[in-house]
Amino acid sequence: MLEVRIHGRGGQGVVTSAELLSVAAFIEGRHAQAFPSFGSERTGAPVVSFCRIDDREIRTREPISRPDVLIVQDPTLLHQVDVFSGLGDDGYLLINTSRGFDELGLGEFVQRFRRERLLTVPASELAREHLGRPLPGAPLLGGFAGLSGLISIDSVAEAIRDKFSGAVADGNVAAARAAFDLVREELKELTSA
Amino acid sequence: MLRQMEGSAAVAETVALCRPEVIAAYPISPQTHIVEGLSALVKTGRLSPCEFINVESEFAAMSVSIGASATGARTYTATASQGLLYMVEALYNASGLGLPIVMTVANRAIGAPINIWNDHSDAMSQRDSGWIQLFAETNQEALDLHVQAFRIAEELSVPVMVCMDGFILTHAYERVELPTQEQVDAFLPPYEPRQVLDPDEPVTIGAMVGPEAFTEVKYLAHAKQMQALDLIPQVAEDFTRAFGRESGGLVRGYRIEDAETVVVALGSVLGTIEDTIDELRDEGMSIGALSIKTFRPWPLDEVREALANARRVVVLEKALAVGIGGIVSLNVRIATQGHPAHVHTVIAGLGGRPITMASLRGLLSEDDLPLVTFLDLDRDLVQRELDRTRERRRSGPHAENMLRDLGTVASGPV
Amino acid sequence: MGYTPLKYYQAGSFVVGNRLLDPDARSVQADPERSNTLTSGHRACQGCGEALGARYALDSAMRATGGRLIAANATGCLEVFSTPYPESSWQMPWLHSLFGNAPAVATGIAAALKVKGREDIRVVGQGGDGGTVDIGFACLSGMFERNDDVLFICYDNEAYMNTGVQRSGATPPAARTATTQAVGEPPGNVFGQGKSAPLIAMAHEIPYVATATVADLRDLEYKVERAMELRGARYLHILVTCPLGWGSASRDTIKVARLAMETGIFPVFEAEGGDVTSVSKIRRRVPVEEYLKLQRRFAHLFKPELQSDVIARIQARADRNIDRFGLVD
Repeated sequence: MLEVRIHGRGGQGVVTSAELLSVAAFIEGRHAQAFPSFGSERTGAPVVSFCRIDDREIRTREPISRPDVLIVQDPTLLHQVDVFSGLGDDGYLLINTSRGFDELGLGEFVQRFRRERLLTVPASELAREHLGRPLPGAPLLGGFAGLSGLISIDSVAEAIRDKFSGAVADGNVAAARAAFDLVREELKELTSA
Repeated sequence: MLRQMEGSAAVAETVALCRPEVIAAYPISPQTHIVEGLSALVKTGRLSPCEFINVESEFAAMSVSIGASATGARTYTATASQGLLYMVEALYNASGLGLPIVMTVANRAIGAPINIWNDHSDAMSQRDSGWIQLFAETNQEALDLHVQAFRIAEELSVPVMVCMDGFILTHAYERVELPTQEQVDAFLPPYEPRQVLDPDEPVTIGAMVGPEAFTEVKYLAHAKQMQALDLIPQVAEDFTRAFGRESGGLVRGYRIEDAETVVVALGSVLGTIEDTIDELRDEGMSIGALSIKTFRPWPLDEVREALANARRVVVLEKALAVGIGGIVSLNVRIATQGHPAHVHTVIAGLGGRPITMASLRGLLSEDDLPLVTFLDLDRDLVQRELDRTRERRRSGPHAENMLRDLGTVASGPV
Repeated sequence: MGYTPLKYYQAGSFVVGNRLLDPDARSVQADPERSNTLTSGHRACQGCGEALGARYALDSAMRATGGRLIAANATGCLEVFSTPYPESSWQMPWLHSLFGNAPAVATGIAAALKVKGREDIRVVGQGGDGGTVDIGFACLSGMFERNDDVLFICYDNEAYMNTGVQRSGATPPAARTATTQAVGEPPGNVFGQGKSAPLIAMAHEIPYVATATVADLRDLEYKVERAMELRGARYLHILVTCPLGWGSASRDTIKVARLAMETGIFPVFEAEGGDVTSVSKIRRRVPVEEYLKLQRRFAHLFKPELQSDVIARIQARADRNIDRFGLVD
């Protein structure tokens, strides 16, 4: 089972991201479960959502305390909320920011993990560019596809088109694919360095 | 059709397939997406003919349902928590009048303190209302139970509430198989009322009944619920034949046959319990689970039989009978009378507190469980509050004091 | 033979009026084929204004709808005295649910009829002042707001009579009830803000609002017929004398109701879409004392001492009604 936890703020589409990821997994014929942390959500408040993916029926429903994948949609949460709680040594980490880990003050922190599984990606900027609004969810999913290979970018794109239509779908898909490509590039540089 | 979708949306789609003729809707978290979905289905004409009425309160929702059902319309509404309480007078009225209304209850805690998250206190508070109470473990079962509910209700002329855990199921995206209209139509014939307001055959419904006949009327309500104990498994069987999957029924055992310890629970927590049981079994513990799918009527014989060989019964309940302890446990104890098994009550998940595998493991690994336990209770916090009330007369409101104690509201992941 | 115009005034019975009218214009009660919707055998008190009003209102509604009518009734005197289990006085499909939900139940019935394509069958909701103006008020307002196709009739006897004459939101100032007893200072009910259900109904701008009393039963019948010509939310507020609760002689039921109208205490009018369209003029204006002194619920205003200041305040409210509605030419 793959357990993904997404952190962000209300209004950034954190819940939608988890849902889209679950739909993408469904498209690939897998079982998936997505749910929010059910806080008193309001715009700007910290929000958490969860997604489990497995090849068999998923029965448990507790919040994800030991995520395999951590996606942080808003870097201002990094030193406010314990976003990293439970992330295993082999975990994946994707942070929405145009800065690097060192600039974020996480230079030492990322040493504990497998370096090729941790990346930053400027998802809000990509969203602004392709969608016209800084909604980082879709590009982060695209980035996750690129980072881990655990979900295909085509499934992510199909999930986006399942939920959205017209220009909104186009923009989100474009942003997701752009993030995917960017992440693949970064990984190449990382592993060749 | 296999879909990945939100529980509420799946329920709305399925209820629509049941061809309700009148839907009374008043919004309350966490049921809102259900009535929103249905409103769109009616408005776009996908569900037709159907009158969708935005009412002014939950009391009105059940009252409108009573009028509609008595006039022969298949009637549906949904609520939770405070809303369920607000309509209590009408709940008893509906069951007393024998009206086959179907209602979704998106289980949520009851205030004060106000709390929008899941537990079973709402449904449990109405266990004596004369409504049949069905509990869904998954979103698949939630939508399946609605199809079964209309049939059970209309056959017996008893109202049915389908309980699904608020947020945990209503707001979860998961894989579901939506039935087709043809399947539902074949399973659910048009509503043929046993009593109806009709100028061609006028009847008086709802007269005052005095001491000379009230007992008999109430006995009939009880007798019909007892009939439900036979009808519910029958309908579940028919459902399996028609739709190709198991859903509903009275109880379901999981790895229970030789289990020394049996965990009894209702609703979505069974999933987490089963994963925990698999782990504990691998470690050598003799343990199983019993899912109560129908809480009212209480499946006494089925529970007794299921727990016949257990040495330790752990009833995990998401509700609390203040002043005494467990609610489901009391019902279980009736079933295990004469058994050697010890029945332990574990109050868990109140107000939406997550029930984790780690906590369950810890709990079930304990040798000496007390009679009543509150899972994951912060004893220091309550002790501080009790001390505070002892020291000062004007000690202030409990909840607000404790929030202050906890500091800013936790915004962490768990 | 010459032609002599005659003027007839209502003198307490309809005998003269009926015989000179075309059969269609006569009171429904003159018709031996009438529905007798609330038939005899019910357990109402002698002189009960509500039984009188309900009989006239429902027979009129049945005639207007060709007998295609369903009623939702709130808990209260009417419900209790008309359905002493195992008997029922109702010769129509009739549902009693709860005290505070009759308007909502009526909404549900109307919705079911609509969805089944049976809108030829009409719906009446009915209850007393307690069930309408107090505990049923939210449901009533909801029904108005949605413009549900229901005629709601309030039989206003100005207190919770069925449970023993307790004060309701419709109880007039200074009246004695079991919870506003004629003791202390001031004795009887206080002078509150009042709650005019008809005016509030008009504020919803529903198709039809009217008030009536059991003193002018022909007018009451007409108003029910008029209401049944229309669709959507309609409201009829009928003042019904309660000899027991008001402490009036059972033979004075109609007389007391007439005095309520003639003093200006109870304005009789019709409104459509929120605007008054007709009023029943007061032909012979009467000071409020004439009305009050017939009822023991106001006895403390006369004995042991005449409370002229309280009576003056009641008079002032009546005067205001007369001005406001233009009841006197």
